[in-house]
Amino acid sequence: MPTSIRASASTEAQALGRAAPRSLWGEAFLRLRRSKSALLGGIILAGLIAAAVAAPLLTPWDPLEMNAVDGLKPPSARHWLGTDILGRDLFTRILFGSRISLQTGLISVAIAILIGVPVGLSAGFYGGLTDRAMMRLVDLMLTFPGILLALVVIAILGPNLLNAMLAVGISASPTFARVVRAAVLSSREQTYVEAARAAGCTNARIMLRHILPNTVAPIIVLGTLGVAGAIIAAAALSYLGLGTQPPTPEWGGLLSEGRNYLRVAWWMTTFPGLAIMTAVLSINLLGDGLRDALDPRLQS
Amino acid sequence: MLQFVVRRLLLAIPTMVAASILVFLMLHLVPGDPAIIFFGDQPVTPERLELVRHQMGLDRPLVIQYLDFVRGIPRGDLGRSIHNRTPVFEELRTRVASSATLALAALIVAGALGLSLGLLSALGRGTWIDAGAMLVALAGVSMPIFWLAAMLIFVFSLRLGWFPATGFGGWNRLVLPAVALGFVSAATLARLVRSSVLEVLLQPFVTTARSKGLREAVVIRRHVLKNAFIAIVTVLGLQFGTLLSGAVITETVFARPGVGKLLVDAISNKDFPIVQGAVLFIALIYTVINLVVDLSYAYLDPRIRFD
Repeated sequence: MPTSIRASASTEAQALGRAAPRSLWGEAFLRLRRSKSALLGGIILAGLIAAAVAAPLLTPWDPLEMNAVDGLKPPSARHWLGTDILGRDLFTRILFGSRISLQTGLISVAIAILIGVPVGLSAGFYGGLTDRAMMRLVDLMLTFPGILLALVVIAILGPNLLNAMLAVGISASPTFARVVRAAVLSSREQTYVEAARAAGCTNARIMLRHILPNTVAPIIVLGTLGVAGAIIAAAALSYLGLGTQPPTPEWGGLLSEGRNYLRVAWWMTTFPGLAIMTAVLSINLLGDGLRDALDPRLQS
Repeated sequence: MLQFVVRRLLLAIPTMVAASILVFLMLHLVPGDPAIIFFGDQPVTPERLELVRHQMGLDRPLVIQYLDFVRGIPRGDLGRSIHNRTPVFEELRTRVASSATLALAALIVAGALGLSLGLLSALGRGTWIDAGAMLVALAGVSMPIFWLAAMLIFVFSLRLGWFPATGFGGWNRLVLPAVALGFVSAATLARLVRSSVLEVLLQPFVTTARSKGLREAVVIRRHVLKNAFIAIVTVLGLQFGTLLSGAVITETVFARPGVGKLLVDAISNKDFPIVQGAVLFIALIYTVINLVVDLSYAYLDPRIRFD
């Protein structure tokens, strides 16, 4: 949720007092704040993002600097989470890795939204042949389970970080198209759309100004949960050697580096995995809270 | 019922056709000349390149090439591996057993673990059992499968020495991969079992069952679980996709010679015929499983047939 909306909604709610009618966003924000788990997720996530931004200030080491004498040292006061075979500080590498992993998650979802939303929007709005053709394509993409579609994209484009983000984004896009289409179908028949049409609005204007805003809530929820999925998917690709290439520190890549040293250096595998889990868990908590807040019907 | 089966079967055909087109086009979407890709890093004379181009049918129209490709599928002709020249079909055939065993074992782990976790937390709603079970489930869906796999290897194979870390054959080589692969699906399942059991518990027929003096165990087994089953089958069916893609990773971590590992290795080696064959195979399996899941709904819930 953009901070501007958040801020204005809460001040508005304060200014108008409790009895005053609140906007959808104000209402949702209040519900979100009441959820302890969403709050916890949000705080952890904020901490992770702050650590990623301030990475160079939090560690005396360089993520790429090698120091062979210090190779495979267990966690100590000097190296909090130990070192890898080349003597690189693991804490530093995880810290700098969070920059790449969090960005990868965000960019992948942005790609998925850029592809999925226009497809779902036009399919739902125009209906008929457009709808059928586009949804066939979406169905086809969903024939390939999860990571398989990403693997196909990597097979075609070649393995590197950018292609991994594209692959994860493309393979997540059908879900966005589906959800947006469903949201469009339910708002297409509303009276305000009819009114806009009667007032002479063009199709493009109706779609962008009247229908799209009504699909924002599901996009936010799916997008948030999607970042969690994208972080895992991108890490999986790197782990398989099909994403980020060494020596770039990325969480999946770090796990892959630790693979051959599992017997002698448990820390190389344990900590990057915990980092992924913490990030994904906090995003999932926040996403679940957002879903309950934005769509009260789904509340359990 | 028969009409529903036939209609659903017919729907699966265009999906498979489209999947085969995509897989076929893959080789042509890759930047560069397929014939050069075919040779990989080896040096090659123009004459030989021309010959291979002819053998691969690359000098014919795309549509004819596609039809040839499709015609080969029923005969099990999916081309040959670029690297060791073995038929793709053979490569797949020798690996199916390993992957199928893993998927099945993981499905059992997922079902057993997911069902019991979900049921436990639903029946103990609001207690620490509920909170604990749901925390395990949340950790499960947030955990990368390859990390869980590595941690299992570290604890149970390197430290305790209970199971071998890698390879295929014997039940003891199956336990760790199956647990790693099944756990993520178990977590998703547990969350769903909890909510659908809670929903069913509120139904009037449960109150009726209780008030006519049935023991709680019977109420749960005969009335609650039976009705929660549809949602459970749906998720287990949907989870099969997660399971298939998870298998790709799990097989790599445990160095199991399955279809997933074959695919990952082929992508790294740019062995496109193998990539095409493996992708087509996984898509086919996925479509068939979805078909079976849909048909089983119709069996479990007669209302669905008339939709």
